[in-house]
Amino acid sequence: MLVEALVLSAILFVIGTLGVLVRRNAIIMFLCIELQLNAVNLSFVAFSRYLGIEGQIYVFFVMTVAAAEAAVGLAIIISIFRHYESVNVENFNLLKW
Amino acid sequence: MSESTLSAVAADVGQVAGGGFDPVLPGLILLLPLLGFAVNGALALASGSRSATALREGREEDHASSARPLTHTLPTWVGPGVMLAAFLLTAVNFVGMLGVELAEPVIRTYWTWMATGALSVEAAIQLDQLSLIMMMVITGVGFLIHVFSVGYMKEDPGYPRYFAYLNLFVFFMLTLVMGANFPMMFVGWEGVGLCSYLLIGFWFRDREKANAGKKAFIVNRVGDFGLLVAMFILFAVFGTLDYQAIFGAAPDTLVYGGATVTAVTLFLLLGAAGKSAQVPLYVWLPDAMAGPTPVSALIHAATMVTAGVYLVARSSVLFAMAPVGAAAVATVGAITALFAATIALKQYDIKKVLAYSTVSQLGFMFMGVGVGAYAAGVFHLMTHAFFKALLFLGAGAVIHSMHHALHATHKDWDAQDMRNMGGLRRFMPATWITMWVATLAIAGIWPFAGFFSKDEIIWYVGTSAPASVLYTVLWGMAIATALLTAFYMTRMMVMTFHGPNRTGGAEAKHLHEAPLNMTIPLGILAVLSVFGGWINVPGSVRDSFFGGFGLLPMSDWLDRWLEPLTATAYQIRVDQLGAYASTSPVGGGHVLWGAIATGLALAVVIIGARVVGSREIRPAVDSPEPTGFGKILHDKWYVDELYDRILVRPIQSLSRACWRWIDQVIIDGTVNAVGSMARGFGWFGSLVQTGQLNTYAFILTLGALVVLGVLIL
Amino acid sequence: MSGLLQASAYESWILHALIWLPLLGILGVLASSEERAKHFAFAWTSGLFVLSLGLLWAFDPAGPLFQFTSDAPWIELWGVGYSLGIDGISLFMILLTTFIMPVAILGAYRYIGEKRRAFYALMLLLQTGIVGVFASMDLFLFYIFFELTLVPMYFIVGVWGGERRVYAAVKFFLYTALGSLLMLVGILYLYIQAQAGGAPPSFHYLELLGTPLTLGEQLWLFAAFALAFAIKVPLFPFHTWLPDAHVEAPTPGSVVLAAVLLKLGAYGFIRFVLPFFPDAATHPTVVMVMLVLGVVGIIYAAWVAAVQPDAKKLVAYTSVAHMGFVVLGIFALTLNGLQGGLLVMISHGISTGALFLLLGMLYERRHTRLIEDFGGLARVAPLLATAFVITALATIGVPGTSGFVGEFLALLGTWERHPIIALVGTTGVIFAAYYMLPMVQKILFNELDREENRTMPDLSGREIAVLAPLVALMVLLGVFPTPVLDRMEPGARAVVEYVEETTRDGSLLEAARLDRVDTQSRFVHDSGRHELLISPDPTWSLSDRSGAFRIPDDHILRDEG
Repeated sequence: MLVEALVLSAILFVIGTLGVLVRRNAIIMFLCIELQLNAVNLSFVAFSRYLGIEGQIYVFFVMTVAAAEAAVGLAIIISIFRHYESVNVENFNLLKW
Repeated sequence: MSESTLSAVAADVGQVAGGGFDPVLPGLILLLPLLGFAVNGALALASGSRSATALREGREEDHASSARPLTHTLPTWVGPGVMLAAFLLTAVNFVGMLGVELAEPVIRTYWTWMATGALSVEAAIQLDQLSLIMMMVITGVGFLIHVFSVGYMKEDPGYPRYFAYLNLFVFFMLTLVMGANFPMMFVGWEGVGLCSYLLIGFWFRDREKANAGKKAFIVNRVGDFGLLVAMFILFAVFGTLDYQAIFGAAPDTLVYGGATVTAVTLFLLLGAAGKSAQVPLYVWLPDAMAGPTPVSALIHAATMVTAGVYLVARSSVLFAMAPVGAAAVATVGAITALFAATIALKQYDIKKVLAYSTVSQLGFMFMGVGVGAYAAGVFHLMTHAFFKALLFLGAGAVIHSMHHALHATHKDWDAQDMRNMGGLRRFMPATWITMWVATLAIAGIWPFAGFFSKDEIIWYVGTSAPASVLYTVLWGMAIATALLTAFYMTRMMVMTFHGPNRTGGAEAKHLHEAPLNMTIPLGILAVLSVFGGWINVPGSVRDSFFGGFGLLPMSDWLDRWLEPLTATAYQIRVDQLGAYASTSPVGGGHVLWGAIATGLALAVVIIGARVVGSREIRPAVDSPEPTGFGKILHDKWYVDELYDRILVRPIQSLSRACWRWIDQVIIDGTVNAVGSMARGFGWFGSLVQTGQLNTYAFILTLGALVVLGVLIL
Repeated sequence: MSGLLQASAYESWILHALIWLPLLGILGVLASSEERAKHFAFAWTSGLFVLSLGLLWAFDPAGPLFQFTSDAPWIELWGVGYSLGIDGISLFMILLTTFIMPVAILGAYRYIGEKRRAFYALMLLLQTGIVGVFASMDLFLFYIFFELTLVPMYFIVGVWGGERRVYAAVKFFLYTALGSLLMLVGILYLYIQAQAGGAPPSFHYLELLGTPLTLGEQLWLFAAFALAFAIKVPLFPFHTWLPDAHVEAPTPGSVVLAAVLLKLGAYGFIRFVLPFFPDAATHPTVVMVMLVLGVVGIIYAAWVAAVQPDAKKLVAYTSVAHMGFVVLGIFALTLNGLQGGLLVMISHGISTGALFLLLGMLYERRHTRLIEDFGGLARVAPLLATAFVITALATIGVPGTSGFVGEFLALLGTWERHPIIALVGTTGVIFAAYYMLPMVQKILFNELDREENRTMPDLSGREIAVLAPLVALMVLLGVFPTPVLDRMEPGARAVVEYVEETTRDGSLLEAARLDRVDTQSRFVHDSGRHELLISPDPTWSLSDRSGAFRIPDDHILRDEG
C-alpha cells in the first residue's frame, strides 16, 4: 500500500518538476508547483499511517502555506499581466544583476 | 699644566676636603634668561601681531623713521639686564668657590624629570669648577654681546624677537653646562641647536638664510643621534645617567680600552663633532653665518660650538679609559684644524674667514682634550671665546658700517666682501685696534691670550708622542695650522683695514665708527684677549722671559682649578700610557718651543702683512675668479657638493621612490588589488543571475538532485 | 578634592557616566538647532572632560592594578558581562579621549558647515565607543565597542570629507573591519579554549588570561589579534589607509583619528596580545618581525613624509613613524620601553592633534592643503606661526617637549634588549628633522610671495583657546611627565613582568610546544610570585578579580630604599 502511494507521489512530483522547468506560462508553472506540494502531501499522509499522526499535521501546514502562496503568487502574476499583457516568464527577466 | 703639578694632583686625589661652598641661588642663574625670554617673547608676539596687521592693510611698518614703540624699547633693558644679573650672580658663586677646595660638585635637585623602573632622571643642576668656568664665559661674554646687539639690531623690525631668542639661547646653554646628568645636558644640547636654528634663520624671508638654519639643525641632529646612542649604552652599563655615578663607577666597571667604552666615546665624539662643527659634520657652521653677526659671535664662536669640547672634558674619565676614542678625538681635531685653515686662506667674505677660523680653532681644542690635556682644552675654549667674540663683533661693526654706507648710496655691493673694504682703519680706529689685538691673540703671539692657550695644546700634542707615533703627525699638523692661522688672519686684517679704500668715494663719506654701546664691548673683550691668558701661565715658563721673569701672576691656576675633575682621567692615562714626554718630538723644551712658536707666528704676520699689502686688490665686481688650487680652496674643497651628491640627493630620490613605488604601487596596489579581487569574484558570481525563471528552477532542481545523490550515496 | 570625590561615590559611577553620557548627549544635539548644535556638543564634551579629570585624583597608583571595577551579568548563558575597570594605561587613554573631543569640536566650529547635528551626534557616538574600548574588562564588550568606533568614523570621513571621501571611507572601513573580524575569531577560540578545563563560560579579561595554549595556537591567535591591531596602529606595511583617511577626513575627524583611534591598536597590543600570548609575543622570530616592522615604519614613513606635497598627508605619514616608536617600545618588553611607548602615544595624540588643527585652520583660510601654496606666513600670522613651530618641535621630539621623553624612554628600553634595532630606530630623530623642518620653512618662512596669503588673518580668540591647552600640555608633559609615568607604571610593569614570569624558563616554553598539559602545569610550577598568575579557578569570586593581576607591593616600590 505504501509503495503504491509513494510511486504515485513520485510520479506527480516529477510531472510537477518537469512542468516548472519546461513550461513558460507563469500560471502553468504555478500550478505545477502546487502539484509538487500535493505530491509531498500525499507521501506525508501515506507515511503517517505507519509513523504517527504528525505527517497529517504537516499536511495542514503545507496546505495553509500553499493557500497563502497561491494568493500572493496569483496577485503578482495578475499585476505582471496588467503591465506586460503576457504571462510568459521569458518576458520578465529584469530581476538580475 | 706642567707635569710636576699633575703628578702632585694625582697624589692628592681623595684627600681634598669637600664642602664649605654654599652656592647662592644657582637656580636663579638659569631662571633669569628664561624670564627674559618670556618677557621678550611676549613683546615679540605683540610686535609681530602689530606688523602683521599693518601688512594685511598693505603697509610696511618702518621702525627707523617712526618713534620706537614700547616693544622695541623694553627689550633693550630686559635682554642685557637679565644677562647682567645672571653674570653677577655667577660671579658671586665663582668668588665663593675660589676660596674652597671643592672635591665633590654641589648638586641641586629640583624635581624628578623622568622616572620609570630603574631609570630616574632628576631635573638637577651641578655646580663645580668646570661648570662655573663655562658659566662665567657664557654669562660674561653673553652679556657683552647682548649689549653690542642693542646697537647692532636697533633698527630691525624683529628686535624683540631677536632678544627673546638670544635669552632663550643663554638659558639652554646654561642648562647644557649646569645639568647634573646626561639627559639634562641633552636638553641644553638640543635647545641651543634649536635657538641656533631660529637665529640663523632669523631673517627668514631670505630663502638662503632659512635653508642655512635648517641645515644647521639637521646636521646637528646627526650629532645628537650619537649622543643619544651614547646615553643608551651608558644606561645599559651603569643603570643611571648621572655624571657623578657614572664617572665614579667607570674606572671599576669598564674595561680599559674595551669595546663598550670605546663605543661610548666614539658616539660621544659623533655628538661633539656635530655640535662643535668638526669633520665630517662641520658643514653647517660656515652657512650659519647667515644669522645676525652678534649671533655668530655668541653662538657660533664663543659658546654653543664649544659644547663638544665641554662634553669631552666632562666625560674625561670615559675618554681616558678609551685610548682609541681619545685618539679619534685628537685626530678629528687635527684634521679639522688643518682642513678649515686651508679653506680660510681663500675666503673673501669676512664672516666666512672667521667661521672657518672658528672651525679650525675648535679643532685645536679637540686636539687638546683628545690628548688628555683637558684643562688646556678648556683654557683655549675660554681665551678663544674672548678673542673670537671680539673678532666677530668687530666684523659686525665693520659690516654695520659698510651696510650703512652702501645703503646710503644704494650701491648693491656685498657689505661683507673684504675686496670691497680696505683702509677702514681711518674710519673706525677703535674697531681696528681691538681687532688687531684679537688677531695677535689668535695668531699665538706673546703675551696675548692665544699664545698661552694654543701653544699649550700644541705642546701637549707633541709630548704625547711616546704613546704613539700618531701624535707626532698631529703635532706637525698643529704647527702647520698655527702658521696658516697667523697668515689668514693677517690677510683678513690687511684686506679690511689697510691699503687704499675701495668702497668708492661717495660711500666712504658714510663710513663711521660704531656707536659707544658697540665699541665698549669690543674694548672689554680686547682687554680680556690680552690678559685672559695670564691665568694659566705654565709653571715651567713662568720664570723665563715668557712669564715676565716671574711677573705674570697665577701660574697653572686653571689647571689646579680643574684638578678635581681631571685628576682621575690623568691618573688613568699615566697608568696606562705612561707620562708625557718632557720635550717635543724633535727635542727642545717648553721655553724653546714657546720662543720658536711666537717667533714664527710673528714672522708670518709681518711677512703676510707685506705680501697681502703689496697685492693689488680690486672690488669684488672687478675681481677675476680664482683659478687653480685657489679655486678649490675658495670653493671649500667641494665638500658641500660631495655631500649633496652622495647623501642628500640619494636620500631624496630614495624617499621619492619609496613613496611613488613602494607605497603607491606595491603596498597600496596590493590593497586595492584585494579590493578589486573581491569585486571581480562578485561580478563572476553575478553571471549566474540571468533573470530567467526557468534557469533558476533548473539550477535549483539540479542542486537538489546533487544533494540528494550525495546523501544517498 | 578627594573628599568631594569620595562623598559622591565617584569611583562607582564615573566609568559608566563617561561611556553612556555621550549617548545621552546625542539626544541633546538632535534636539537643538543646527546653529546651536556645536555649542551644545562642545559644552557637553567639556563637561565630560571635567568629570573625567577626577580620575587623576581618584586613581591610586599604589592601589590594585584595576580600579573602578564593576561587573554586571549581561548575556549570562555565554558568560558575557558588562564588566568595566581601568588601570593606569587605560586611565590616560580615557583622559586623552575626553580631552581631545572638546578640543576637536571647538576647533571645527567653522569647518563643519552642513548637517551639523548629525556630525556632532556622530562625534558623541565615537566618544562612547572609544571610552568603552578603554574601559572594558570583558572581551565581548571590548569587541563591540571596538567595532562601534568604526561606524561614526566611516560616516565622518564619508559625508564631511574631501573629494575622494568615499574611497577613503570605504578603504578605512573595510581594511580595519577585516582585521577585527579575524580578531573576533581569535576571541571566540580563546573563549572556547578557556572552557576546555571545565571553567564556566566567560569573556572576562582576567578569566581568559592564562588560558593554556600550545605555542602553535598562540602563534595563530597572535597573528589574528596582531593583524587587527597592526592595521589600527597602523604598522608598516598596513598603513596605506591612514594617509587617505587623514587627507579626506574633516579636521575634527583627523584629530580624533590621529589622537585617539590609532591608540586603540597599540592599546590592544599591550592589554591583550602580550599577556594572552606571552610565548608567541616573546618568540624570537615574532619579536624580531615586529621590531623590524616598527623600525622600518619609523624610517620609511619619515622618508615618504618628507616628499609629500600635501601637508596633511605629510602629517599622516609622521603618525606612522611615531607609532613605529610605540611598537618598538611595546615589543622590546622592557618597562622603560613600554612606558616610553605609552608616553609617545599620549604625546603624539596631543602634538599631531594640534598639527591637524593648525592645518585645518590654514585650510579654512586658504582652502588648500598644498605646502607650496603657503610661504612666509610667520609675517602675517605670528601667533599661528608660534603655535605651529612649538607643535612641530614637539612632534620631532625636541627635549623639553612631550615628544622627547617618550621617544627617549622607548629607545632606551629597546636598547636594553635589542641594541641594533634601537640604533637604527634612533636615526629616526635625524629623519624627523628631515621631514618636519622643510615643511615648517615652506609654510611659515621664506618670502611671503603669494598675494592671497598677504591678507590671511591670524588666530582668532576661539582658535587660541583651542591651541593653548594643547601647547601647554606639550611643554608640561615634556618638563614634568612624572604624574603620568607614575600612574602608568604599575600597569606597564604588570604586563612586562607577567610576560617574563610566564616565559622565563626556556624549557617550559619548549614543553608547552610539545604538550598542552605541560603548559597548564606551568601555572602552578615555578611561581615564587603566585599572585601574578591567573588560574582558571571557578570558585574564584568576581570581586577578587581586580586584585588578581596585582603585583606584590615590594615590586611596585622602586628601589629607593
